[in-house]
Order: sequence, then structure tokens, then C-alpha cells
Amino acid sequence: MGNEVMSVLKKDYIYNLMLKGKRADGRNFDEIRDIEISTNVIEKAEGSAWIKMGGTEILVGVKMQVGTPFPDSADQGVIITSMELNPIASPDFEAGPPRENAIEMARVTDRGIRESGAIDLNKLCITEGEEVWMVFIDIHVLNNEGNIQDVSSLGAIAALLTAVVPGEREGRGEDMPMPIRDMPVSVTLVDIGGEMMVDPDLDEETVCDTRITIVSNQDGSISGMQKSGDGALTEEKLLKAVSIACQKASELREAHLLNI
Amino acid sequence: MSDKPEKFIDENGLRLDGRRIDEIRPMKMEIGVLSRADGSCYLEWGKNKVLAAVYGPRELHPRRLQKADSVLIRYRYNMAAFSVEDRIRPGPSRRSTEISKVSREAFEPVVLTHLYPGAVIDVFAEVLQADAGTRTAAINAASVALADAGIPMKGLVSACAVGKVDGKLVLDLNKPEDNYGDADIPMAMTSDGEITLIQMDGDVTQEEFKQAIEMCKEGCRQIMEIQKETLRNKFTKLDEVDISDDEEDVDVSALVESTLESAEDDDIEDKESDSDEEEDATPESSEEDEDIDVDESHSDFEAVELVEDFEESFTDVDEEEDVSDGEDDEEKD
Repeated sequence: MGNEVMSVLKKDYIYNLMLKGKRADGRNFDEIRDIEISTNVIEKAEGSAWIKMGGTEILVGVKMQVGTPFPDSADQGVIITSMELNPIASPDFEAGPPRENAIEMARVTDRGIRESGAIDLNKLCITEGEEVWMVFIDIHVLNNEGNIQDVSSLGAIAALLTAVVPGEREGRGEDMPMPIRDMPVSVTLVDIGGEMMVDPDLDEETVCDTRITIVSNQDGSISGMQKSGDGALTEEKLLKAVSIACQKASELREAHLLNI
Repeated sequence: MSDKPEKFIDENGLRLDGRRIDEIRPMKMEIGVLSRADGSCYLEWGKNKVLAAVYGPRELHPRRLQKADSVLIRYRYNMAAFSVEDRIRPGPSRRSTEISKVSREAFEPVVLTHLYPGAVIDVFAEVLQADAGTRTAAINAASVALADAGIPMKGLVSACAVGKVDGKLVLDLNKPEDNYGDADIPMAMTSDGEITLIQMDGDVTQEEFKQAIEMCKEGCRQIMEIQKETLRNKFTKLDEVDISDDEEDVDVSALVESTLESAEDDDIEDKESDSDEEEDATPESSEEDEDIDVDESHSDFEAVELVEDFEESFTDVDEEEDVSDGEDDEEKD
């Protein structure tokens, strides 16, 4: 995020702790904060998930409606992901159209879901070239204590897992469950000039030079990646990040998604 | 979906455009193409045509955006409405906003930002024609434009993408590979292999990803050669012509001197302005390997310069003010 005011002292503090192999909140470098997920919290939405990771809270709602497909994918449904960094979530967020941070995180979440083929878009085609289901994934950030990226991505897939295609309401046949084929999970690591840490909290995120997000799938393949922040990464660090992220993603999937 | 090619790689291991899997598209660069910009570069890479311009370091308005301890870098990636098959709506899109952000962050690690606190460096990358890989093309051009503008950097940044088609990794995707391929991994690197931009979408295994980095590294190495060659060409030429530009500067400095009503004789002033010129030229040229050893030619005047330096340490401030006043006047005219 980088735009929160953070004293040099705090940066030193986090850095020095890191040198001793510690983190400010006592976690291990590869430890993700506690997660709580409740699904179907918004009845009016086709699918929804309220998710809390550490202090970061996000509400994801999935809405669907009938629309026209893109000409280059006439037989496929459409996914539209947007994120709002709601001003209730942090003193640094302002109301108004999304800025680059929100756009970036929404697009990384979107790519993870799209490229992994998590949603079987062919099954969301009603009449080829004319009518398809459009899936709107709206990510509402309620409280920012860091790592919005991973929380949104986990929340989005949780919301999709519970979503029901509203066929009856729209007069397009029967309701059916959202055709989900995979569960992409994003894991973000930060580099503060030494060890990489997963799931950064707000302070870690603010002082870090580089943030790397890796989205991986059930079979261990990678479907999305994004470096963010003003620093650079060595090849060695990047590869290490990838292997940690894939492992953590599978733990998260096991613990929080398979039972939805 | 209709025009998806059946095979991306033929039996001879060649791609649709005849390249090998580890071959980049032909790249051409021209430097200093815009007279008003502080640095500029025009790049053709395959059918991509990209123009990059750098303005600054310059004063940043509004003031609240100024950073107390470093220069602000702004990067604007923009596609011309006519750059693609179907016209795109002009103005920023979500895609271009994201690309602008990550591209800016690809340069943050190399630009010596602490040198110009409170100022801004604007980088504009205009995609005039797009044919897969425009963000990497824009970065390659912007990198050279930054060097052309004399922005102090740790080194150049080169960018290239690796993708996957027919189950094989390929370097520098062309349009069909980009549209219908299984993965796209754009990366930007410094000369020592530090990764300053990485994005990915698609589907690759961890093993493939490792291999992709290696391929990309090789691609970036080749591109960096072209970038260096482009810079070398310009700045060695500059060295050969040498004096032609100097005349103007002599006049300015003479003007300054006369307003100060110093009773020095003209010869010494000329020499002084020469030495100023050297100081300006050195950081630019040392950017790249060619060392333009200007000092040698003037070794005769060393003693005089020393005296001048000494005097300058007193008059510096006044002179600068005078010069800037003069410039302001010109602008008003």
C-alpha cells in the first residue's frame, strides 16, 4: 500500500525483528493469520462470503444477470470483477472511482479465477452468440489490516462456491449451482530486505519494498502472478516464493474451501 | 475462437511467424526522436510500434504530491485508439491503469530517486500500433528514453514475455500465441537478473515457470544489447561533433558574466563554459560504457579552471539566480 504514514523507527523495528527470525505479531514467516469464513450471508446475492483474515475483513458478493457475450467468446459466460476500497475500511481510503491499487488487486483476483478455469464458462452460455450469464464478483473491503489481495481472492472463490445461477428468476430455466471446476488460491509474500513473509499485516505491507502474489490451483499449477511495489526480486527469491505459495495455497484450500 | 490456429509450432520446431521457440522478434530502436522531450525513444518490435518520452526531473504540481525524500515517477501507458483491430475508446482503462502501475514499479528499483526530492519524472509510453507484448515493448522503449534524458539509473531495464503454446514454452509471444496460448508471463529485468516486473496469467507448472525465467533472462539479455547499442550510437556521435552545440552556452554564460560586471577577459569565460559543458556531459555519457574523455583535450587550462572553480564557489548562487531569472523572462516573452 505504501501510502500509510509509517515512521522510520517502525520500519527498523520490523526489519530488526525479521533479522531475529520474528514477526511483530509473533507469527512464523510462513504462517497465515487465522481465517474465518461465513458463506451466504447476503440473501439477495446469488452467492456471498464474509471473510476475515487476521483483522482484515472483506465481503464478497456474486450477482448474475443475462447479457450478451463478447464476440470473440460467443459461447462463454462473462466474469466481471471489481473491488471497492470502501472508506469505512481505512482512514487512507477515499470514496470515488477505484484507483490503481483497487484496480490492480481486482484484476489479479479476476485473472486467478479466469485463467485457472475455475468457472466453467461454457456452461454459462444460454444461446450462443446471443445470451450468456454474466457473473459480477464485487469485492467490498470492510476493514484493512493488510493483505487485501489474498483475502479477496479467497473470499471470491468461497462466494462462487455457494452461488446459484438464478435461472427461474430470470426466466431462463431451472436454478443450477455455479459450475466450479477449480479453486485458485492466491498467496502473497513480502520482501523486506531479507526473509520473505507470507500474509503480510498492514505494517509489513507498508514497509516492504516488494510484494509478490502467486495464484495456484488444485493440481499445484500456477495460474496467476503479480509483483507489486517499488523493489526488485532475485530469481532465487521468486522461485522460493512460488514454492511456499503453492504449498500454503493447498493448505488453505484444504482447511477452508473444501468444506463449503 | 474461429481463427485459432491448429498448431502453433510446426514439425521443424518453427512458430507461425517462422521464429524458433527461443527467438525474439526483430527489434529496432531510435533515440532522441522528440525535440521537446528530455529523452525519447521510438521502438519497433515485430509489428509493435511504441513511442516513449521522458520529461524531467521537473517541478511537481500540485505540491501535495511531492515526496520529501525522493522524486516521484509517473508512468503513463496509453494505447492509441487506432492501434488495434477494433478501435478502442481513448483514455485510461482498467487495463492501462494496471499496466501503468506495474511498469512504474519496474523502474522504481533502478532510478536513483533520492537525487531529486520533490520533483517528478514523467514517462509517457504511447502504443501506436499493438501486436502482442505492448507492455514489455513500452518498458524497453521507456528504459532507453530515461537514459536518453540523462536520468541517473543503476542500469537499464529490459522486458520480454514468455508464454506457452502447444505445451511448449516460447519466448516473445506473437499475436495468435498471445490470444490463444495457454500462458503469458511478462517480465522485466535489470542487467544483473533482478526481476523488477513479473505478471502472469495462464497455467504453468512450477517446473515450467523455472524454465520460463531462464528463457526470459536470455531474451532480456539480447534486448539489453540492442538498447545499449542504441545509446552508444547516439552518444558516440555526440562526442564526434562535440563543439557545435557549445556556442549557445558560451553566449549565455557571457551574458551572465556581463550582468555581474566582472572585469574578467573573455578567454577565461570561454574556458569556463567549456568546463561546465563537460560536467553536464559526463553523467550522461557515463551512463553507458563509452567513456568520453573530455578532460584530456583541455588539460592545458587546468590551472585556470582551478582558479575559476575557486571563484565559482563564491559566485555560484548569484549566477544561478540570474540564469533562472533570464529563463523566466524568455518564457514570458
